[in-house]
Amino acid sequence: MNRQPAAWLFLAPAAMVLGVFFLLPVMGAFVLSLTDYDLYALADLHNLRFVALSNYWALLHRPLFWAALGHTVYFVAVGVPLSMLVSLCAALLLHSPLARCKPLFRTVLFAPVVTTVVAVAVVWRYLFNTKYGLVNYMLGTIGIHPIDWLGNPHWAMPAIILFAVWKNLGYNMIIMLAGLQAIPSELYEAARMDGASAWRQFRHITLPMLAPTLLMVGILTISGYFQLFAEPYIITEGGPLQSTVSVLYLMYDEGFKWWNLGSASAIAFLLFAIMFAVTELMLRVGRKEVEA
Amino acid sequence: MSPRIAKALIHGLLIGGAIVALFPMLWMLSVSLMQPGQASALPPPLLPAHVTLHNYQQLFLRAGMGRYLLNSLLVSSAITVLSLALNLMAGYAFAKLRFAGRDALFQGVVGMLAIPAQVAMLPLFLMLKPLGLVNNYGGVIVPAMASAFGIFLVRQYARGIPDELLEAARIDGAGELRIFVRIVLPLLKPIMVTLAIYTFLTAWNDFMWPLIVLTGQEHYTLPLGLASLAREHATDTELMMAGSVITVVPVLVLFLALQRYYLEGLLLGSVKG
Repeated sequence: MNRQPAAWLFLAPAAMVLGVFFLLPVMGAFVLSLTDYDLYALADLHNLRFVALSNYWALLHRPLFWAALGHTVYFVAVGVPLSMLVSLCAALLLHSPLARCKPLFRTVLFAPVVTTVVAVAVVWRYLFNTKYGLVNYMLGTIGIHPIDWLGNPHWAMPAIILFAVWKNLGYNMIIMLAGLQAIPSELYEAARMDGASAWRQFRHITLPMLAPTLLMVGILTISGYFQLFAEPYIITEGGPLQSTVSVLYLMYDEGFKWWNLGSASAIAFLLFAIMFAVTELMLRVGRKEVEA
Repeated sequence: MSPRIAKALIHGLLIGGAIVALFPMLWMLSVSLMQPGQASALPPPLLPAHVTLHNYQQLFLRAGMGRYLLNSLLVSSAITVLSLALNLMAGYAFAKLRFAGRDALFQGVVGMLAIPAQVAMLPLFLMLKPLGLVNNYGGVIVPAMASAFGIFLVRQYARGIPDELLEAARIDGAGELRIFVRIVLPLLKPIMVTLAIYTFLTAWNDFMWPLIVLTGQEHYTLPLGLASLAREHATDTELMMAGSVITVVPVLVLFLALQRYYLEGLLLGSVKG
């Protein structure tokens, strides 16, 4: 019996939505990035001109683009390892046979993940307040002078990183915990019989067995962190002195504040290319490491 | 290290972590019940001197929070129901129906997972404008009616349905639609719940695309309303915390009620390939 028509009927609605409202715009983004689409073109399409790669060329000569890329890379390079380290520690604690009330701790540590990023970013904006914020108050109790978290260009990004670590801890924790639970316990038993210390067990059993999970979590986290937008939009509004303008923040401003949609599309595509390259690199290096 | 010390250390760290995870949310709730201005004092107060609902009253009466709440409920529910239907059908087709080009097409769906949504946003805005979907609930709902992730998730789960069950129904002369509704959907119930929560939470929390496509306040969802309030009322700590509570509590309650399904889906979704 021929079931092809039925299959296509089942597929058609989703395929149409994804094709028309996702794939088509993705391809359109590339075309758009080759034009000078701006406020004039928005008013009258006759003003639209094909400019080849000059949007990209102009971006590469624009200090703000490099600054935004630098801030984003800073956020990724510091935030991702920190996030993963904290999540791994939480997963190891929850995995320990000595720990009690595991479901409760798991739920509590995971809760920030499901919260609305805008709402909790608003909360942290007040916690980071120089004068009345509880972060500085706590630091004060151990003798550290108040830090101007959101007013000092050197501290604004670290504040956003701390927020991101708090917000995302639970997500990776859950995946790592599942990875830890999948390691056969016989391996640890054998190691204990050989008198291996806890550290050596971690180093020679846990880490290698968890490597594929860590690689996957790493790639997911990096792609997520490259898409930094709502956090600086709410917490610092890109400031102070544009020190927290991320690539997507720049794209948003360029596209929907100044209506330079051609140039904004070029920014989006450059970010995509960078993310793709980093992911590809990690997969290649990671696969080699995992196999070795 | 003796087991007793190890045990104490592990629990100390877990309790410390739990406090850090919960504290901002408890503080938010506490400050939302304070009288205006009380939070800006030294030392920063942890509990309201006099519990008041004044801030909530202000938000609903003056700041239009009720409207934002309804908008959020409407948009998130519509996205959840519609995308659930479309993703279930497509995911099932990929898992259980044979058709030419199935594997290549599914590879395409998986490939889409790697493309950040923001790449599509600028042309999508230009496309939706002539369709009258800018500054309109449809502008948020329509592009979210199907998702590569949802299709992927359903397909992974539906692969577990035994083919014999479907074949038996076909031999009995049941049509494909009837098989889907009567046999497949009941079996997909767990993944339906998972995907429904996941989609609802994602839609509720979404910020960047609604910010682009909803240009007028009357269509704002809660995150947009809150973001615009945060720029106008930056110094009204207590009012802003009440707004955050209203935004966060519905999703937290939903998660706590159905967390088993949510966490299972998260693991299923992360095991790619």
